[in-house]
Amino acid sequence: MMENFKKLAKKPLFLPIFCMILVLLINVIKSPDFFAIKINNGVLFGRIIDILNRGSEIAILAVGQTLVVAVSAGTDISVGSVMSLSACGCCMLLAGYGNNSVSTLAVPMVVGMLFGVFMGGLSGAMNGALVAKLKIQPMVATLILFTAGRAIGLLLCNNQITYIRYEPYKYLGNFLPGCPIPTPVFVAIIVIAVVSILLKKTALGLYIQSVGINSRAARISGINSEVICFICYVICGICAGIAGIVASSRIYSADSNNIGLTFELDAILAVALGGNSLGGGKFNLAGSIIGAYTIQAITTTLLAMGVSTDKAPVFKAIIVIIIVVVQAPAFKAYMAARRAQKASVKEAA
Amino acid sequence: MDENILITMRDISKSFPGVKALDHAQFTLRKGEIHALMGENGAGKSTLIKVLTGVYSLDAGEIHVAGVDGPVINHSTLEAQEKGIATVYQEVNLCPNLTVAENLFIGREPKTPIGTIDWRTMNKKAKEIVDGLELKIDVTIALENYSLAIQQMIAIARAVDMDCKVLILDEPTSSLDDNEVEKLFKVMRDLKAKGVGIIFVTHFLEQVYEVCDTITVLRNGEFAGEYSVEEMPRVKLVAAMLGKDFDDLASIKKEGASHVSDDVVVDATNLSHKGTIKPFDFQIKKGEVVGVTGLLGSGRSEMVRCIYGADKAQTGELKVNGKKLNIKEPLDAIKAGMGYLPDDRKADGCIGDLSVRENIILALQAKNGMFKKIPASKQNEIADKFIDMLQIKTASRETPINQLSGGNQQKVILARWLCTHPDFLILDEPTRGIDIGTKTEFQKLALKFAEEDGMSIVFISSEIEEMLRTCTRMYVMRDGAQVGEISGEMTQESVMAAIAGGGE
Repeated sequence: MMENFKKLAKKPLFLPIFCMILVLLINVIKSPDFFAIKINNGVLFGRIIDILNRGSEIAILAVGQTLVVAVSAGTDISVGSVMSLSACGCCMLLAGYGNNSVSTLAVPMVVGMLFGVFMGGLSGAMNGALVAKLKIQPMVATLILFTAGRAIGLLLCNNQITYIRYEPYKYLGNFLPGCPIPTPVFVAIIVIAVVSILLKKTALGLYIQSVGINSRAARISGINSEVICFICYVICGICAGIAGIVASSRIYSADSNNIGLTFELDAILAVALGGNSLGGGKFNLAGSIIGAYTIQAITTTLLAMGVSTDKAPVFKAIIVIIIVVVQAPAFKAYMAARRAQKASVKEAA
Repeated sequence: MDENILITMRDISKSFPGVKALDHAQFTLRKGEIHALMGENGAGKSTLIKVLTGVYSLDAGEIHVAGVDGPVINHSTLEAQEKGIATVYQEVNLCPNLTVAENLFIGREPKTPIGTIDWRTMNKKAKEIVDGLELKIDVTIALENYSLAIQQMIAIARAVDMDCKVLILDEPTSSLDDNEVEKLFKVMRDLKAKGVGIIFVTHFLEQVYEVCDTITVLRNGEFAGEYSVEEMPRVKLVAAMLGKDFDDLASIKKEGASHVSDDVVVDATNLSHKGTIKPFDFQIKKGEVVGVTGLLGSGRSEMVRCIYGADKAQTGELKVNGKKLNIKEPLDAIKAGMGYLPDDRKADGCIGDLSVRENIILALQAKNGMFKKIPASKQNEIADKFIDMLQIKTASRETPINQLSGGNQQKVILARWLCTHPDFLILDEPTRGIDIGTKTEFQKLALKFAEEDGMSIVFISSEIEEMLRTCTRMYVMRDGAQVGEISGEMTQESVMAAIAGGGE
């Protein structure tokens, strides 16, 4: 039994899953109706549904962020701003420049959304070019769009919040008519599936890890390190673009100052919680996604317990510290040494 | 315990996941003895030392240290130091930005009555130590101003000044030149006269015969024997390390150039890369083994890097199999049938955390392209084939490459290129830092590939004998330029004369 547990504990996904379960357990103890799911007006309601729904944007961001961390040993801190930028781009096109509230669209909805995602990809390409080609440190390179992204969005929307009061625009961030499951869950599943298939069916995963661990050796072995690095940033930008559209659809508007605010931190945290080294190299996508939902679970839990929005970060920080410390190699080694010492004491006795 | 014995290690065993690094190893060190610890890569030398100094814990066995009752287990290098065991590693572990004196006294600085550092005493004492070693250096300037050899000496001086009874030198000479090695040996002999026991780990047979008294040989983690240097001729020592009758190095001898065809595989004219290599010509025929010789930094590696496209050629023309080719990056070279085993294994070769399998298939995958992923079953097949063919010692094909010993890592990188079926393979210092058995293997392999598979091979090595054994022709490099070509009857003297130049 103990043996089996130890074997289980060695699996790479053990800790992220363990943390997730821990958070859920606390919830169940605190409020037994945590897992209860009700149907109201033909759609599902409940805390679990809420976590899956709200966590989707972080999960989508975490997918891109994982690749960026793996390939460049750095983080893309612009994703939150890029979300806002893509939302503004989309809404500006849909509403027509200068209009702040419309109920009929200027261009077909799909065109607007694709434009938003394209803006995300473009931002990613800019970050990627700075990091891969000009060898600027990832944090500095992405700091540019971190600061400028929201401002550009605001310019696109003529300094106002642009509302799209057009019913189908709300589908993506809320519910499809007749479907009880929130749409963002499907969006997240699609993004995760596409990237997973890309990693599984092509050698991109091997390339990313090789470049992340030793880009010089990867180049000598015939891998174009710069191109691989660039691709990762573009994928990250596209993910941020998609997350931005979802966030905008939720509130059927482009609120430049608030969409995706501090989401970059949640995305980076999701990667770390997933057991991925922020030093690059080997990565585990599934871990990051579990990490993303864990973060959302923590946030939702705190809000449900009546911790006010301004105080929630304190508790969040405490929980994150615990999770990160438990996963740290130094801590693991310390615990292993203690166990060994105890075992030898027992033997002696 | 015998009065003269400083350390005894009995039946030491140590396992890592999947590998038995030490299996009942024995070791005894006496007072005033320089004791060589020898063995092939992966024989367990480093592990034995790390067990002794407390870097690793041991699974079984006993260690006794003079002056300590009962078995000793060191839990850290600090504990080992307190018992008088000091270690100097291959890579100098001092602080280059601190002064020589600070490095000597770090952690045990002389204090003034009010508790601040007594700089004057410290510098004075440091000067005495340095003078004792006959080094003419200023102890008050930063260590990084001095050569690696002097830094190595300072590391040793620091160990000695801490009143060590046992000094462990782990391959201290691999980065030193002959003069510096001589200086180091003098220090070692002085210490020996004072009764310090020295454990000396090295790959160089000559040095063992020059300075050591006793040799302990490890083989596959087991104790193969303890010998006195006088009674142990070189051939027998090598045989003991390999565990078989040594296949005489001389038996590797090229059998003329009969298998070399007239087809020119690679033909370069006037290639150059600004700042590293001046314009050069290069030609190689199918099935030929060509050497590139010269001192370290003479442009040997730079020349082949330029052909391969690791440094993009800025001038000149390159023809492969008669076709003009513009190589922009290594991938172009790979597609044209080239392979390049780089000299810096750690920085340019291994992808550390990836498995042996992934490291092997990497270049083939790159050659095939990102969208044609090699199926998992095929990857396993390729990896198993080469692990078997090159006798790579690894727990499994999924073991990360950085857990392998140097020689085995090098074999993995070789496998990476072999599985792309290159027509033209560049081996840049394939045998550096690996044991003599594997060295011979590499030389044989190079000849075999040329002969049987018609591969054209460039062989670069700092050891001239090695090149004489394998190459039919050599390009001579000096100061970043190609200065000549030698062929026909080559001897060690003629090659050295060519390298040295003179008369020009």
